[in-house]
Amino acid sequence: MAGNLARVVIVGGGHAGFQCIDSLRKGGHEGPIALIDGDPRLPYQRPPLSKGYLLEGADPDTLLFRTADYYREQSVDLYLGVRATRIDRENRSLELSNGDHLAYDRLVLTPGAQIRPLRVPEDIADRICYIKTLSDIDRIRAQLAAVRDIVIVGGGFIGLEFAATARKLGKRVRVLVRGPRIMQQNVTPALSRFMLEQHAAHGTDIRLATGVETVSRRADGGFDILTTAGRSLSCDMLVAGIGVTPDTGLAEQAGLECDDGIVVDARCRTSDPGIYAAGDAVAFAHPMADKRIRIESVQNAVDQARVIAANICGEQAAYDSVPWFWSDQYEFKLQMAGLHEGYDRVVQRGTTESGKFTLFLYKGEMLIAVHTVNRPADHMAARKLLAAGISPGFDQAADENCKLNSLLER
Amino acid sequence: MPKVIYVDFQGNRSELEIANGMTLMQGAVMNGIEGIEGECSGSCACATCHCYVDEAYLGHLPEMTENENELLEGTIGERLANSRLSCQIRMAAELDGIVVHLPEEQ
Repeated sequence: MAGNLARVVIVGGGHAGFQCIDSLRKGGHEGPIALIDGDPRLPYQRPPLSKGYLLEGADPDTLLFRTADYYREQSVDLYLGVRATRIDRENRSLELSNGDHLAYDRLVLTPGAQIRPLRVPEDIADRICYIKTLSDIDRIRAQLAAVRDIVIVGGGFIGLEFAATARKLGKRVRVLVRGPRIMQQNVTPALSRFMLEQHAAHGTDIRLATGVETVSRRADGGFDILTTAGRSLSCDMLVAGIGVTPDTGLAEQAGLECDDGIVVDARCRTSDPGIYAAGDAVAFAHPMADKRIRIESVQNAVDQARVIAANICGEQAAYDSVPWFWSDQYEFKLQMAGLHEGYDRVVQRGTTESGKFTLFLYKGEMLIAVHTVNRPADHMAARKLLAAGISPGFDQAADENCKLNSLLER
Repeated sequence: MPKVIYVDFQGNRSELEIANGMTLMQGAVMNGIEGIEGECSGSCACATCHCYVDEAYLGHLPEMTENENELLEGTIGERLANSRLSCQIRMAAELDGIVVHLPEEQ
């Protein structure tokens, strides 16, 4: 059955899954919608987990996308605490861990990604803290009061946000970063350096080019760590933020094309035209990239889900949004717009010393990405410039007096 | 629980009770009030929860951060003297009955 009465089944209740529901109903979809998620809670927002929620706690209900009423009013069948175990593509049916079989006309896969585990002996594995779900953070919060020394493995956004929060709480924090600089995948060397200095100034001890050689458990419940640099460290809490892998299990088992992610086309369709996919688990050819990529961000999840909903509602929508993401560390708000891979020139506006600056990244004369530190207005303007394909001249980019929004009005 | 009244650009009023400590953005989004998006989940990074706060309550609001001030420069709806980002307004007893007007577009 096609059209707006199609039965839609969504696997995964993160940002993409929720957005798909909301956009389907707003787009006039009247058919049944079912949402499946292994987490027994109502779908909730992830970004505050490593930021405000970790620091202040707060009522977990404030993280919900919507209250239970919404799903009732919108006639969405929730299967929470239940996993999808198999896709029967031939019969267009989804098998669930509770034994149910859900028939679908359109299946939407938004499974997200799985934490990459730190390799440690089996008896310590379940003592390592990760930062992904609300339960992970609740577990950390429950231990935090009794903890003095924290070692974080991983120098990406998650590890560094956690480090900043832990410093605010007065903990001793050391971060082990395998690579030569922090946030290597996502920002320029100059920005890595700037933030490294800020972490140092806030008392966070970051060790670059350092991994974990061995970990052992102490009698008092803490850990002894030997680093690859030959140093010994002790800590009460060991947190790993060393990346994620796309959750492609269900898709692969069903024979859908996967290549470091579930492969989708511009309309977010998998190799089976009745099955869509969105979010962290998806690999696709973004129009701003020259190869197939995967993007782990709220924006990507939300915008792809909107495209899927529009397509199910009968439009011909394609995904071409400018990627953007952000990170909060101490008093610094880092915002990245565009895809910076392949840049060959950086133009800076504002001084590093002021703690507020913008980096315009160019490939030739084309602006491909903009990274800002505490300049959110530049970030918003940059997203519009990138979407419109407008590249300011290098001198314009550097000039504080050149209003970025005015370049849009041409 | 204290009340907040959201008025959309066409004048439609929605009255909600929201818990102390919850932001006006969260209250709106969670209850499906049209006209507030909150793309960044309330971290003051996106300016999609712009609202106009009724004058009577302006004095009770927390002071604006530099980030919020800058973001308000880039909103789609025109910035007025009573423009705020609703993710930066936490519900409190003294805000009971607060009226916020929402722009046509975020």
